[in-house]
Amino acid sequence: MTHDLVVQFLAQGAQMTFVLLIAPLAVGVVRRVKARLMRRQGPPLLQAYLDLAKLLRKESVIAESASWLFRSAPYLIFALTWVAAALVPSFASGLMFNWAADVVALVALLGAARALLALAGMDVGTSFGGIGSSREMMIATLAEPAMMLIVVTLAIAAGTTRLAGVADFFIAEPFGVRVSLALSLISLVIVALAENARIPVDNPTTHLELTMVHEAMVLEYSGRHLALIEAASHLKLVLYLSLLICLFAPFGMAPATAGLSGWAIGLAAWIAKLLAGAVLLGVWEVSIAKMRVFRLPDFVGVAFVFGFIAILLAFLTRGVFA
Amino acid sequence: MPGLYVSGVALGALAIGAAMASLVRGPALAFVYPLSALAAVVLGVVDLQVLLSGSEAAIRLPIGLPTIGFHLRLDTLSAFFGIVINGGVVAASLYGMGFDRAKELTPRVEPLFPLFAAAMNLVLIADDAYAFLFSWELMSLASWALVVARHTDPECRRAAHLYLVMAAIGTVALLFAFGGLAGPAGGYAFDTVRAHRPQPMVAALVLTAALVGCGSKGGLIPLHAWLPLAHPAAPSHVSALMSGVMTKVAIYGFVRIAFDLLGPPDWWWALPPIVLGAMTAVLGLLYAVLDRDLKRVLAYSTIENIGVIFVALGLALAFSANAQHEAAAVAMAAALLHVLNHSWFKSLLFLGAGAILHATGRRDLDGLGGLIRRMPRTAAFFLVGALAISALPPLNGFVSEWLLFQAVIAAPALPQAALHFASPAIGAMLALAAALAAACFVRVYGTAFLGRPRSAEAAGAHDVPLAQQAAMGGLAFLCILGGLMGSVLAAALAPVLHKLVGGALPGPGSGPTPFSLIAFDPARSIYDAPVIALFVAIASLTTLIVVHRLSERRTRRGPAWDCGFPDPSPATQYTASSFAQPLRRVYGAAAFAARETVVMPPPGDIRPARFSVVVVDHLWRVFYAAPGQAVLGLSECLNVLQFLTIRRYLVLMFVTLVILLSIAAVTT
Repeated sequence: MTHDLVVQFLAQGAQMTFVLLIAPLAVGVVRRVKARLMRRQGPPLLQAYLDLAKLLRKESVIAESASWLFRSAPYLIFALTWVAAALVPSFASGLMFNWAADVVALVALLGAARALLALAGMDVGTSFGGIGSSREMMIATLAEPAMMLIVVTLAIAAGTTRLAGVADFFIAEPFGVRVSLALSLISLVIVALAENARIPVDNPTTHLELTMVHEAMVLEYSGRHLALIEAASHLKLVLYLSLLICLFAPFGMAPATAGLSGWAIGLAAWIAKLLAGAVLLGVWEVSIAKMRVFRLPDFVGVAFVFGFIAILLAFLTRGVFA
Repeated sequence: MPGLYVSGVALGALAIGAAMASLVRGPALAFVYPLSALAAVVLGVVDLQVLLSGSEAAIRLPIGLPTIGFHLRLDTLSAFFGIVINGGVVAASLYGMGFDRAKELTPRVEPLFPLFAAAMNLVLIADDAYAFLFSWELMSLASWALVVARHTDPECRRAAHLYLVMAAIGTVALLFAFGGLAGPAGGYAFDTVRAHRPQPMVAALVLTAALVGCGSKGGLIPLHAWLPLAHPAAPSHVSALMSGVMTKVAIYGFVRIAFDLLGPPDWWWALPPIVLGAMTAVLGLLYAVLDRDLKRVLAYSTIENIGVIFVALGLALAFSANAQHEAAAVAMAAALLHVLNHSWFKSLLFLGAGAILHATGRRDLDGLGGLIRRMPRTAAFFLVGALAISALPPLNGFVSEWLLFQAVIAAPALPQAALHFASPAIGAMLALAAALAAACFVRVYGTAFLGRPRSAEAAGAHDVPLAQQAAMGGLAFLCILGGLMGSVLAAALAPVLHKLVGGALPGPGSGPTPFSLIAFDPARSIYDAPVIALFVAIASLTTLIVVHRLSERRTRRGPAWDCGFPDPSPATQYTASSFAQPLRRVYGAAAFAARETVVMPPPGDIRPARFSVVVVDHLWRVFYAAPGQAVLGLSECLNVLQFLTIRRYLVLMFVTLVILLSIAAVTT
């Protein structure tokens, strides 16, 4: 029993370390793929690590009008995102503390990180901080209802809101094409793009004043604080990629009872799928332009409508009207 | 039994306190707040004892109407709501103790405060229709008098007038509800009412009347219009009581009628509360997010929370009608926990608004800013309240929100097609409301406490007296504790849940840790706040230590960067209105026909450009302005009848007599 507990603790610790270590790599892959597709050389794959190291070495410049909230927010945002990322089953489904939060709680943890970031954006009292915060919160109001519909669909299919339970269900179920799940997948991809401030919702590479959202909020950060915020946004990308993998491509994931060899296979599969996801994101980002802010309701609205149709189809396939 | 006597003594003390306070003036009025706090503590302890031990007590006093008497009963449901109410009264009294004795006490407020507290407690223990309506009216009138305390302000008078009208409509509706419940035999004691089940048609009427009566007190759309005017008009600690606590008495009234007195539910009873509640939740926040008055934003957010509670109650009705007791318990626990949680964070936020008002004299968000430096404690407590009301973990608002989402997710398993189709829509609306709440309170906190001061008053603010800080600090502590110990609170609710819906949540022993909150069974859904909070704490401390070890620790203060063009004027900051602009564009156009117009002068003209926004409140137009116009128009027409000659009056009387006689002839 104690032996088991130690192993489980280690496994959970391992997952927390893995997500933290791999996050900048995933971002590096996205950037590299985008650069190559634009026929540029592009930064080295490990550039994101170097950037973080550079930021940590720099001194932090803080605006005179900033309060304690501004200085403490990066630590909390990073911790909240890190814990949330560690709660998504990645290489094994039955990790020790996966049970502590279900999808609803996971979304709320990210919501807490977002609220803190938006508050930090308003703390200095500049116009750009406010613009970023207000747009970020507006996008959240569009994405969260769509996310809720996805959760309902999954709960109808798997009968649970625990991510590990949903993953176990999809591993155990014979693989088949289900329209409702396909629609949920599209819906979740759109939500993930919106939540991660990727094209077409936001462009992570520009500082064009009138269009930026995420970058506008973190404009006043520098040094170690900026490093933490950047690391948190890398973690968030890995979190959503893991979520998509866990829900829609869980094959290879080690079940709760698997031993070390099962975990090794699971880990290899997860890393492979994660990097594949990063490549796909890169391809997607070069093939589409950023949208105007006020066209976003249409884009995220697609996620909402697909989520709704998915639920109706889930009702039909479960035969509730029969 | 002794509990009820002790409660009686405490209520008597409050009444005597109110009477004595109406005789004195000036600093002598200060005794009201310690007295109210003490009485509320006693009442709360009695309620807690009843809730935990499950020992109910009833008594019949020989006062009131001769045939009915005055029945009082303290059962677990009353006890739970009693804890909610007395917690709010203690906090508001503590806040009141911080008032400046020489300047801030008036005979228009202090004598009514204990009366209001006593009336709310009396509603909870009333055990017949007469006692209920009597104490309900007492509560309405006491709070009305508190709203009209600043009667020199025309806004206040308008708010009080509308409140009085809506309170009267609500009470009339409740009168009908109890009439329907009592039946032709006229059994008004609640025991008699419980004994017989009304016809389906009568039950529908009673439910509608209860929804109107309690909904108008709680602010259910479209009966909400008085609330955002009246709650902010009262002094802030009374606003906290009205918004945080009195709306819960309205919820209590609905729960008592729909779950206790009306007998076993039919499934379609669930639809009106669910649909109205979901609409209220979303619209309440859309109003809140567009408003610029701090206290009015809070009042609109109360409307939203009442909507959320009604959705949970509706789901509980639907599940219990289908004998799904486990799911009904989840929904009911969500409703009751949200009642408790909302009373804590809304009282906290209103007291915080009071502190801001006291320190700066302003309620308009666009005149505040930077208060986190000048009122550090209030700012910290308000932040807890703002994050809690946005349903963010690990605070208490999320516990009830999580339970509610679990109930919504279980709703597709209901056999009725209407509820199937409703459930995903309800889930999406609740998620929208939660996201809007976060946006709303980021906006409130960001403009009031963060940034740079936008006015001289905000720049010269100072923190409030210690007693007021203690009131806010205590509530903030409860918000954190309730978030971590949600499972313990849910377990304490078990007797109430058993009584109302015949089920309860799985006990704390069945989860992985003693503090796991479990909906249905551990394999299905768990939320373990302490474990998550522990993880976040460990993660942030590790990060702090590692980053401080590894990184450059030098920190320099400098002017804000702002993309290279910092402007020293605080007017360049985002204001509450500019923060709301994206939301107004996305949702306001549909909900309020919001239109923006920019008038640009031609080139060379030095007049400033003008920007204006038009927002139309459809609900006010349809449900208030139009009926008001109709009543006025009708009375204009009938006015003619007052200037007839005597012959015509005689003719009219004769015609009336003939009509009445012919009706009598036909019906017999």
